[in-house]
This record gives sequence, C-alpha cells and structure tokens, in this order.
Amino acid sequence: MKLLEGITVLEFSQFMAGPSAGLKMADLGARVIKIERPGSGEGGRQIVIKNLFVGNDSLVFHTINRNKESYAANLKNEEDLDRVKKLIAQADVMTHNFRPGVMEKIGLDYASAQKNNPRIVYGEVSGYGSQGPWASKPGQDLLVQSVSGLTYLTGNKNDLPTPMGMAVVDMLTGTHLAQGILAALVQRGKTGEGAKVSVSLLESALDFQFEVLTAYLNSEQPPPQRAETGNAHAYLGAPYGVYPTQDGHLAIAMIPLPKLTDFMQTELPEAYKETDAWFEKRDEIMGWLANHFRQKTTRVWLHSLESAGVWCAEVLNYAELMNHAGYRVLQMEQVVETADGTKIQTTRCPIRVDGKRVFSRKSAPKVGEDNLRIEAELDLSDLPR
Amino acid sequence: MKPLHGITVVDFSQFLSGPSASLRLADLGARVIKVEHPEHGDIGRNLYMSSVRINEESSFFYAINRNKESFAANLKDENDLAKVLKLIDQVDVVMHNFRPGVAKRLGISYETIKQRKPSIIYGRISGYGIEGPWAGKPGQDLLVQSISGLTWLSGNEGNGPVPMGLAIADIFTGAHLAQGILAALVRRGINGEGALIEVNMMESIIDLQFEAITTYLQDGGKPVKRTAHNNAHAYLGAPYGIYQTSNGYLALAMGQIPVLGELLDCPDLLKYREKGSWFTQRDEIKAILAKHLTRQATESWLEILEPADIWCADVLDWDRLLAHEGFKVLNMIQSVTMSNDLSYQTTRCPITLNDEQLISRRGAPILGEHNAALDEEFGL
Repeated sequence: MKLLEGITVLEFSQFMAGPSAGLKMADLGARVIKIERPGSGEGGRQIVIKNLFVGNDSLVFHTINRNKESYAANLKNEEDLDRVKKLIAQADVMTHNFRPGVMEKIGLDYASAQKNNPRIVYGEVSGYGSQGPWASKPGQDLLVQSVSGLTYLTGNKNDLPTPMGMAVVDMLTGTHLAQGILAALVQRGKTGEGAKVSVSLLESALDFQFEVLTAYLNSEQPPPQRAETGNAHAYLGAPYGVYPTQDGHLAIAMIPLPKLTDFMQTELPEAYKETDAWFEKRDEIMGWLANHFRQKTTRVWLHSLESAGVWCAEVLNYAELMNHAGYRVLQMEQVVETADGTKIQTTRCPIRVDGKRVFSRKSAPKVGEDNLRIEAELDLSDLPR
Repeated sequence: MKPLHGITVVDFSQFLSGPSASLRLADLGARVIKVEHPEHGDIGRNLYMSSVRINEESSFFYAINRNKESFAANLKDENDLAKVLKLIDQVDVVMHNFRPGVAKRLGISYETIKQRKPSIIYGRISGYGIEGPWAGKPGQDLLVQSISGLTWLSGNEGNGPVPMGLAIADIFTGAHLAQGILAALVRRGINGEGALIEVNMMESIIDLQFEAITTYLQDGGKPVKRTAHNNAHAYLGAPYGIYQTSNGYLALAMGQIPVLGELLDCPDLLKYREKGSWFTQRDEIKAILAKHLTRQATESWLEILEPADIWCADVLDWDRLLAHEGFKVLNMIQSVTMSNDLSYQTTRCPITLNDEQLISRRGAPILGEHNAALDEEFGL
C-alpha cells in the first residue's frame, strides 16, 4: 500500500506553490484531481519558460502537474458548482490559492466545505496572510523574496540585492502546505475531524531564514553583510565560500583555518590565527585564500584536500553533473507520457519509501481529461447537464 | 490540541537537515527527543558556528532545536545503547542523518529497529544516497549546492558560480523527510504498518530544480544562461529582476515591456512589441530598464506601477521589514525560554491550523537535560 493510497485531493490551486504540494501528495500515492475552468484551465498552463510547450500547455505546467487528473468545472455555473460540491463531499483534502475572499464569494470557503464534509482537510495558500496592508498584494515568488530580506543573503557584498534564481519561496510554501495537510490527516485518523491549514509565501520565506533571523534577533548587530567575493553565507566566517581555481571553481565548507592551510601546504599569517578573525577579517582572508586556490587546478586541490577530510567539492554545471556516475546512480530522472503519447523527460520524487524509488509514468492531464470517468465513478452524473 | 499530539520522535540527527525536520514535527505537536553524544552533543552546537552566540553556543543550534528534549547517550557504550533501544521500543518515529553504514555499526539500523518494533517509522537522511562514488562524501549544504548545478542559477552571467546564501539543500531535505514521515504516519493510522523513509540531499536539491532541469533536458542540454545583469531567473525574460532606483531597489516580476515603457515614460522600451523579444533581447531590455529606473525613488515608481497592476515590490532588508506593519501583523516572532531561564527570540512555525498559530514557548535543551526524567518515564 502506498503511503497516501485512498486519499483524494481536489486541487483548486494554480501556478506553483499549491500544485507543488499536490505533486508531492500524488507522488506519495494520493489521487489528485485538478479542478480547472473549462477551456483554458489553470493559469499555470500558460506560464512558459524559454517558449517550451508540450501540446497546448507549457512544459513547466507538465513538470508541476504530472500524475494528476483534471476535472473541468465553471465555478460560476450553478450546476457545475453543485457537482464540485458533491466531489468535495467525497474528498479528503482540497487546496486553493485564490486571493482572500474569492472562495467565500463562490461558496467554497472552509466553513461551507466543512458543512458539506466535516472530514475535509482544507489547505489554503496566500501571499502575505489574510490581514494587514499586504494581504491583497499579488503573492509572487520574486516579490516575496524581495520583501522578505532574502535578497541580501545571496551574491557578494557590492552586488545588488540578489534573488535566488528560481521560485524557491513557492517551492518551500508548497512543502509547508503538504506538511500541514499531512499532519491534519494524521490527526483526522484519530479524531475523525478535518481541519483548515493556512500557509503564506511570506511566512514560508521567513521560516526559510529562521536560523539567520534568530542570529539577527538576538544580537545588537546590524543586518548581515555578504562576503566581498565568493560569498556563500552571510553569517559564516572564512573559509566558507566558493573560490576560482586555475581551471574551474572549488567550494570549501567549514573547517578551522589552520587545518585548511596545513593541508594546502601554506603558512597561515599570524593575523588570521585567532578564531574571531575568521569572521571579522573574512573578506581579507577569503581574498588571501583565493590567491592560493587560483594557482592550481581543481583536480589537484581536491586530491590533496578531500583525502585529508576537508569538506570541499568541485562546482559542476548540469552537463557535468548529469555525466557523473554519482548522479546517474541515483536514477533521479524519469519519462512521463501524456494521454496522446508525448514523452517528457523530467525528475522524480526525492522521497524513497520502504527502500524503493517512486516513479510515475503519467504526465499532466488536459483540461477536463477525466470529467467523464470522475462523474461516473464518483456518482456526480445524476445532476442535469 | 496540536495535530501530532501523542507522537514521539527519537532523533539522532545533527546539524540542520534532520533537525529541521524534527523541528517541524515538534511544531506540529510531536514530542522530539534528541539523542546526543554526552561530551560534544549535536555538532551543530559548536561546529556550525554563526557569528552570533546564544548560551555560549551557535545561535543556529538554538533556532533549529527549540521545543525538543535532550537525552545524552554514547551509543558505543553498551548500557547507553540498551537504554536507547528501550526508549525506541516505546516511540513512533526514529530518524538520523549518519553517513551510510554508521547506524548499522552503532546497532540502530532500520533492520534492527524494525525487528524490535515492526510499526516503527524510520527516517534517514544521507548526502548522496547509499551507493555510487559520492555515497561516502560529507553531506554538507554548500558542497551539495556546488555539485548539483544550482550555483549557475543565481547572480549574473559572468559572475561565476553563485551559491544561494542559505542552507537550502539542508532545509529542503528536511522538509522532504518530514513529508515522508507524516505520510507514513497517515498510512500507519490506517493499516498499522511502519515504514522506511529515505531522502538524500542531492535528490532533494535536484527536486528543487525540477523546473530548470526539465527545461534543460527538453531543450537538448543547452547551457543554462543567466541574464547579463539584474538576473532573477535564468529561464525568464525581461523585466524579471531587481533594479536599482535613486534611493533603493525595485523588484519587477511580470509586465509587458511596451506597457512598462508607457507607464515609466521610457520611450526606448516601446519598440519591443514582439513578445518573443522580451526573452531573446532581455539583456538589452534590462539594461534600458536598469538605467531608466535609477532616475526616481522606489516609492514614486511603485505609485505608478501598483495601481496599473504591474507585479512589483520594494526590496527590504530585515531592519525595514521588521519595522513594517505588513510584517508585524503576522506575529512571526516568538520568544522561547530555556530551562536555565535564558530567553531568546526566534521565528515560529509558518503553518497555521484552524486559524491558530502554532506557538511553543520552550527553548532548546541543554545537553543531556532530560536524561533523568526520561530514565524514569520510560523505565530505562
């Protein structure tokens, strides 16, 4: 039995945060049904990167929505809405990321859903929570990164604020939504009662920074400074960072400096020997180290440092990564297939269960691809069409 | 009552990946018992040293381990191991992030524990899985970032590799472990079965890049290219990025370039009528925007763009964020107190349940703080 076998999730969520939670639940064995507007479907179908489409839908959409079904319904049409309510009555979980007030207007807010199905676990995603001056702002990844302080952690001291180059806040919010929903399902197993689970992009972006925020909150220091070059963490001292070598780049994690310089077979200047200096003189020390690392190839450095137990690694790009035996042995890729036979190579779920990797062959559905089957199966069809 | 009330977790993990998973389980109501080495404890207490200390130890440890108990035990000592096994017999979840093979040597492998207690949910984290040439490598965040290709997504083209300035691999790996454990608890509630949940940092950080990697694979392996300046996403066109203004910065997420040209009174943008050009000519478009936006203050740009529904935002640092009403209303900061009465401030769980925030007042444990109480309670 898969971990979430028998659990049905109705996904009203669009774009990334909510659907990425749906994807993890699908990977773990839940049946995830996207509820989409007829015709155009969810907005994410048209969010395209590098102009890559599969059929009428963006490649990104297929990435996030593999292994799901689609039920097309116009929530402004009474009959469709009735059918959706019948679906909710038989589901375990529903998620949405409409802006505050929208579900109330449709009549699918938590109070209504709970009346319809007291066992429902109701997940909602917002940008900034439901109160305060930001509540109605668009919940978009880059904007939340920008508001949350996150952009002052990446890049070097004199760079502009540097966002993380992916929808990292969406992804993290999705994991928090999934965690909340699963915990509520655990509780429901004991009490029989559903729950409402709320997450927001901003709270997740703050949780993401919990370690560094805790450091900031409990000291008199101003907000953190990034290192001048090779920065990898504003609160960690030298040598933590990335260094150019003669032919590439080398990452060095935490190690006491005297040990590191021993293994590098060089003399650590007196001024850098005190532990306090490793943070206070970080820029100077990292510059000094960089001059040394530049003189040999990555391979030569790895050879002497790795064997001595120094935490270090070469910096790879996707081509180098995917050609590496260390990557291939993970079998992290899989091929998914759309209903009309188009194959897409993508990644798989990173959670292994009972010693087995989780693969799934099914790509994202077309809008309404599963209406007939779902209506027959869940007995929604007695309503007039 | 919190949703995981009644669930007990024995956590052997150290540092951040595993402990961040057990923190979330604790936030959700589970009881988490850290098993730590009697002398140095979780190596995160001292090795993973931030420039700020709390209680003479790394402030990071105190963020990660609030609301947990500490049981000091030397697993290489027979008596201590017997106690730990007796404790495990009475709990729901066991987790660790030892390197491959270590748990077996210590006598707490999945096979051993499962035999004693078939309903156990056993979670383990490794750096790179348990086979292949990387299996023995240290599972450390920056190193995993560096190997995974992630460092070519942030910063600008020509910057070289730019790591994300947080322990992102640790945090997502922990999140995935927590998901797996929670899903296993759901199944156990139905059929009583235990489970083995395995995650590793490399797979988690690959999963995090699923969008970019799928694009890369579909695109015939063309190298990832960041924009020359103001990069925020290697695969998105202009204006996506952060720009300098006369007094700060402005983030621009989406917006049609000619419309932006009209609104910002920047005629040079009007010629980019073709949607495709926003991607193919993004470097020159971003250069025009970057130059133009330095002319006025962030507030005046926001006043123009926000009413026109352009997705944009001010770029805040923590000083400004924490002073903002939009932050205060979240009530995101909580004060926790240790058994020695030391209080410190930290963030709370980001998940809200039934409109109630999940707050816990208990700080991180002192090493071995709960040995006597646990000895008695569990008959060790």
